Amino acid sequence: MIELRGVSKSYGGQLALAPATLRFDDGKTTALIGPSGCGKSTILRLVIGLIEPDEGEISIGGKKLTPETLLLRRRGMGYVIQEGGLFPHLTAEQNVWLMMKHLGEEVKDCVKRVTELAKLTRFPEDALTRYPGELSGGQRQRVSLMRALALDPPILLLDEPLGALDPLVRNKLQTDLKEIFETLAKTVVFVTHDMGEAAYLADSIVLLREGKVVQQGSLEDFQKRPADPFVTEFLSAQRSLVTI
Amino acid sequence: MNGRNLPPPTPSLSFRTRVRISFHDEPGSRGMGFRSWTRSSHILLTLLLVLLVPFVRAQDVVVGSKKFTESYVLGEIAKKVIQDTGLTVEHRQGMGATGILWEALKKGEVTMYPEYTGTLWQELLKDPKKPTMTEMRAECAKLGIGVSDPLGFNNTYALVMSDEKADKLGIKTMSDLAKHPELNAGPDPEFLGRKDGWGPMCQAYGLKFASTRAIDHGLVYRSVAHGDIDVTDCYSTDAQIAQFHLRVLDDDKDFFPAYRAVFLYRLNAPPKALEAIRTLEGKIDDATMRRLNAYAEEHKDYTAAANQFFGAGEKSPTGKPLESESLSAKILRYTLVHLKLVVISLLATILVAVPLGILASRRGLLSSAILGFAGIIQTIPSLALLVLLVPLLGIGQWTAILGLFLYSLLPIIRNTATGLQSIPTPIRESAQALGLEPEAQLTKIYLPMASRTILAGIKTAAVINVGTATLAGLLGAGGYGEAIQSGLNLNDVGIMLQGAVPAAILALLVQFLFDGLDRVLIPKGIR
Repeated sequence: MIELRGVSKSYGGQLALAPATLRFDDGKTTALIGPSGCGKSTILRLVIGLIEPDEGEISIGGKKLTPETLLLRRRGMGYVIQEGGLFPHLTAEQNVWLMMKHLGEEVKDCVKRVTELAKLTRFPEDALTRYPGELSGGQRQRVSLMRALALDPPILLLDEPLGALDPLVRNKLQTDLKEIFETLAKTVVFVTHDMGEAAYLADSIVLLREGKVVQQGSLEDFQKRPADPFVTEFLSAQRSLVTI
Repeated sequence: MNGRNLPPPTPSLSFRTRVRISFHDEPGSRGMGFRSWTRSSHILLTLLLVLLVPFVRAQDVVVGSKKFTESYVLGEIAKKVIQDTGLTVEHRQGMGATGILWEALKKGEVTMYPEYTGTLWQELLKDPKKPTMTEMRAECAKLGIGVSDPLGFNNTYALVMSDEKADKLGIKTMSDLAKHPELNAGPDPEFLGRKDGWGPMCQAYGLKFASTRAIDHGLVYRSVAHGDIDVTDCYSTDAQIAQFHLRVLDDDKDFFPAYRAVFLYRLNAPPKALEAIRTLEGKIDDATMRRLNAYAEEHKDYTAAANQFFGAGEKSPTGKPLESESLSAKILRYTLVHLKLVVISLLATILVAVPLGILASRRGLLSSAILGFAGIIQTIPSLALLVLLVPLLGIGQWTAILGLFLYSLLPIIRNTATGLQSIPTPIRESAQALGLEPEAQLTKIYLPMASRTILAGIKTAAVINVGTATLAGLLGAGGYGEAIQSGLNLNDVGIMLQGAVPAAILALLVQFLFDGLDRVLIPKGIR
């Protein structure tokens, strides 16, 4: 369970996240959604420790996060970003097993793990030796997901993982992601700006606006019990919802 | 490298074998990745260190010489007699002017060099009253320097006229000249103007001439030989005296100070070497030296000239002639020294500049300081930089290497910093988010990704370095610059090209070498 208590962050006087208190339950998938600049990515970056909160505290499984435990904390989380963030000088499989090797895993265990992950993420095995520059956008995101899952972390953080993909690829990956989340039952937090995607993948949705949490709940809660007129406004702006 | 064993296979190589086995179905790059990057660097470093081994062997004795023919020849003669005692000798030819050799001797960069007594007391000891040999020895001993007995000849100012005319007029001494005011004089402009030159000399001897006009030294011998002028001044052992059949008039009133050749040596030099040098004392008279100088200039070969000395009467202890270097041996010697200068300075630069570049890649005061400092060094013209180091370190190879080191810093620092700064933020954040330690982020992600830019910086530095190292000839450091200097000195384009052409070829080879290294060191994914 990831808990944020009164956590806030601002950059040079610009508020990115007003004091927020949030809970992401174990084994559940939570979507962070909202317009650009609402602070949704900031939450992920705070949790993985790329930035430090100005105030408040973050704890995982009841243990407070401190700078001393930063490396261990990060190794217990997988992190996927929009463009994948793959290392261009390493092949797909080298990207995936980079941390395994760094932590001293045997080569044969690395190979076994990569093969498993390729099956799970439906990544073609013969493309494992290609460099990121030789892969399609969708394939790159699959490799990025494999890399995030390599150490089998209990927590998975995804920052607009499908944001840069064309609709067909995106649709296919959404289906695969749903299956993966269900299979692995990890604590997943992902950022999206698409309510359809959030509703399809997540057990719980957090709607943010200008650094403030507007409402946390299911799509049904949002539709039937909006906490603020903005919730309804945001929903009606997402026309594709009609089909869900 | 006789008997040297090959190093045992490194662990990284056996790792590779293991990977190969477990990936037997995959040819090529699979399983190598970041390790291959560090491994190739190791192999490269080892290779370079092995290449360096032949360079660091020290010589028992280093003989220096000044930048003119006679000094070169005396240096070669000294080399020969010392070599015959079984010691190893290096002759650093034409290291520069008097001041440079004197500094080098005081600092111990050379063991000995030929000098002239007149220069010693006037320029080096700066003693206004003409000291005796014993007094000069006492002064030098305070600096740890010894003075040999004169070798025989006196290379002082002298008046010359053609042998034929002198015979006809019966002129042997400068006093005789006073009886012939009908003669025309053509002194060197510098000598004409000197306070202790032409005027006082004429006064001392009561000389009068029909006409006196300054003639450039380069033309004066020919003019005398052709009878355009009758009398001129020269140095008493000039090669041309023999060549143009001129007569040196005896300075019977001792007007000119003596410039007797001696060897200056370090008192702590190997005793065997000093004994060998003593065998030369009083053995080289004016005529012999003139002949050797003429031979050296005619054949453009100092070693052969030195052999002439041993061939004509003076047998060296072993009787074997000093072997003249063949062209290929000479170029090989230049090349080895040149490579030594380039390789040592470049390796040192890489070891210092890459870490500095890493520091400079983190924006801030330190970064500005590092880049600013390296930038200032680069702004100083390379020749000026090398010369500026001389007062600090004296002359010689290490000064040249320091100069080259400093001069190569900027391209590598700047490229390392730029290469690291240009790594996109998402990549940096991904490396951090994975939980890699900062050092591992650097070695496994950032440096390999910046390797192309860093190598480009090293390549630039190496090519500049090869060119700049030719200036090291000025500091007596040897290399291709030695040939260029020597050629300029002898006004011989052929000898200059012996340095200039290989230097150009080496620069191209370095370029090719680095193009090849790019393929090995830059990870495939970013090529």
